[in-house]
Amino acid sequence: MIAYLIRRLLQAIPTLIGITVISFAIMQLAPGDPIQLLTFNPDMTEASRTKLRQQLCLDRPMPEQYLIWVLGDFRGECAMRGLIRGDFGTSFYDKRPVLEMIAERIPATLELSAVALAFGLLIGLPLGVSSAIRRGTWFDNASRFSAVVFDAIPSFWFGLILILIFSTRLGWLPVGGRAPLNVADPSLLDRLRHLAMPALVLGVGWLALFSRYMRAETLEVIGQDYVRTARAKGLTEWQVHVWYTARNALVPIATLLGPAIAGLISGAVVIERIFSWPGLGRLTFDAVVQRDYPIVMASVIVGSVLVIAGNLLSDFLYVIIDPRVRLE
Amino acid sequence: MASPEAEVEPTITLPRSSAAEEYTDRWGSIYAAEPESFWWSALRQLRRDKLTLLAFAVLGLIALMAIFAGVISEHILGVNPNATELLATFEGPSREHWLGTDQIGRDQLSRLLYGARISLSIGVLGTAVAISLGVLIGISAGYFGGRVDDAIMWFINTVSSIPTFFLLLIVAALFRLSPASLVLLFGLLGWIGAARIVRGQVFSIKEREYVLAARAMGSTDFRIMLRHILPNVVSILIIVTVRDIGILILSESALSFLGLGVQPPTATWGSMLSKSQQYFRLGPHLVIFPGLLITFTVLSLYLIGDGLRDALDPRLR
Repeated sequence: MIAYLIRRLLQAIPTLIGITVISFAIMQLAPGDPIQLLTFNPDMTEASRTKLRQQLCLDRPMPEQYLIWVLGDFRGECAMRGLIRGDFGTSFYDKRPVLEMIAERIPATLELSAVALAFGLLIGLPLGVSSAIRRGTWFDNASRFSAVVFDAIPSFWFGLILILIFSTRLGWLPVGGRAPLNVADPSLLDRLRHLAMPALVLGVGWLALFSRYMRAETLEVIGQDYVRTARAKGLTEWQVHVWYTARNALVPIATLLGPAIAGLISGAVVIERIFSWPGLGRLTFDAVVQRDYPIVMASVIVGSVLVIAGNLLSDFLYVIIDPRVRLE
Repeated sequence: MASPEAEVEPTITLPRSSAAEEYTDRWGSIYAAEPESFWWSALRQLRRDKLTLLAFAVLGLIALMAIFAGVISEHILGVNPNATELLATFEGPSREHWLGTDQIGRDQLSRLLYGARISLSIGVLGTAVAISLGVLIGISAGYFGGRVDDAIMWFINTVSSIPTFFLLLIVAALFRLSPASLVLLFGLLGWIGAARIVRGQVFSIKEREYVLAARAMGSTDFRIMLRHILPNVVSILIIVTVRDIGILILSESALSFLGLGVQPPTATWGSMLSKSQQYFRLGPHLVIFPGLLITFTVLSLYLIGDGLRDALDPRLR
């Protein structure tokens, strides 16, 4: 078991290296000289440009630049300590350490994603089970059809429509943001009111996915012997489904967690923009538009690390939950 | 997300085919009738699936409107999609402008029709690139196995660890893409799902006797892949392709909504929505209709995908 966990962790290393290479390559290929972006000042002398270039090691050959970016400059000739020591560079515009800026934004994204995920799980899973139990009825058909519909609605448009109805027309919910700007210590209710629409939009696609998978998995286990045995010993239908059917159907759902995290992070870019949610997605979008390369590179890496962590987590969960899974 | 999940459908008892179970030739010998071909029975199953047929009809209608956008605008609606009318901005639906006008007084319906051309073409062409790449890479990984497979899987795992939309956003923003290079980008980012599925299929197909027989008769690897393996993944590829077109139309609309996809003045469904957030009070019709069109298109594609899966997936038969 421990050996398996360690092996999976080690397998993540080549993936991480690949991600840094891709991230570095995209920025190298991108048009525009970083020095020019870094310094708006057109009067800057050539000498000071060259000095800046040396400070950032931009005068080195490309492979060396990559190594310095990841590992830091051991000779201490330029001011870069490397990714592995947590130096993701400095923002071109804010002139602040990138890691600090990202760290500020992560709680907002996590809050939004966690609530969206919880919403998807808490409604999607019971919906999938009841759909499977009532297979072929109008309830089943309706829930399956609405799952496809919610899959097909562009999430950003769904968000716009919600704003149109609940903010512009009815005035019930705030248009965007994480908390009212003029209040220092927002109440829980205030925060929930801000969270409601973005979390709903981000979560509804996952609700659809979870209910579809849960329905399929429940149908897989519903004909198993242990379900019949449970019935035979006189448990009520409800007990059978909660203790035997749903519990066993849940196991494969664990594998969905990794992809779900990747999807939530991708989805957050659009949702955070529509609802002015101050998270990682919003930071990335702004940085991309402003060509703030250090932030862009860092958020690709941070986003990917979150995804890899999610994948590892779902692998581990799968092994822990299901004793039938054997590890060689 | 494009993998067809192993959903268990209610068992459908097919009515017996109308063809005779056996037939007698003119010398009086009795033969068992030839079994119905795979594609023929799939078609028969599809014809009974009303929801899928409806989805086909809706999609067909949207496609026809896109193809004949010019004719429809000029002769039926009597408007020019790029003509601005500054005295008639944000008008609601009316007889002259069926779906109203936008912020500079252009007719929304005819812009939607022209936008359909770009949105649908990017969806279809991007998927074509993605599926071709996916098949090529998936078959190579599955067929050759070993080192080739390891290398390809490492690459797939790496790329799929990066949140796809991040990558899309970054490349689209940094390089300011034309619609053609956008198609290429979608293709380059979208092949992974198809490659994974094909690879899995090929792993089991390559162990079959007919592949062994082909090899024994001296077929080259290329011939085996083309003649014996590819035809066996076609049905699953059709399902994946239809779904992927839908997913791609959604991504393109999100990207264009953010202002990073197809650049103005070319209209796509997504880019028509990108300014709409500022006009909630003045022109809610500018928010509603483009999104409805995207939803109907993608919904039709997903329903067709589900219908095709029921018809084509042999495990469900």
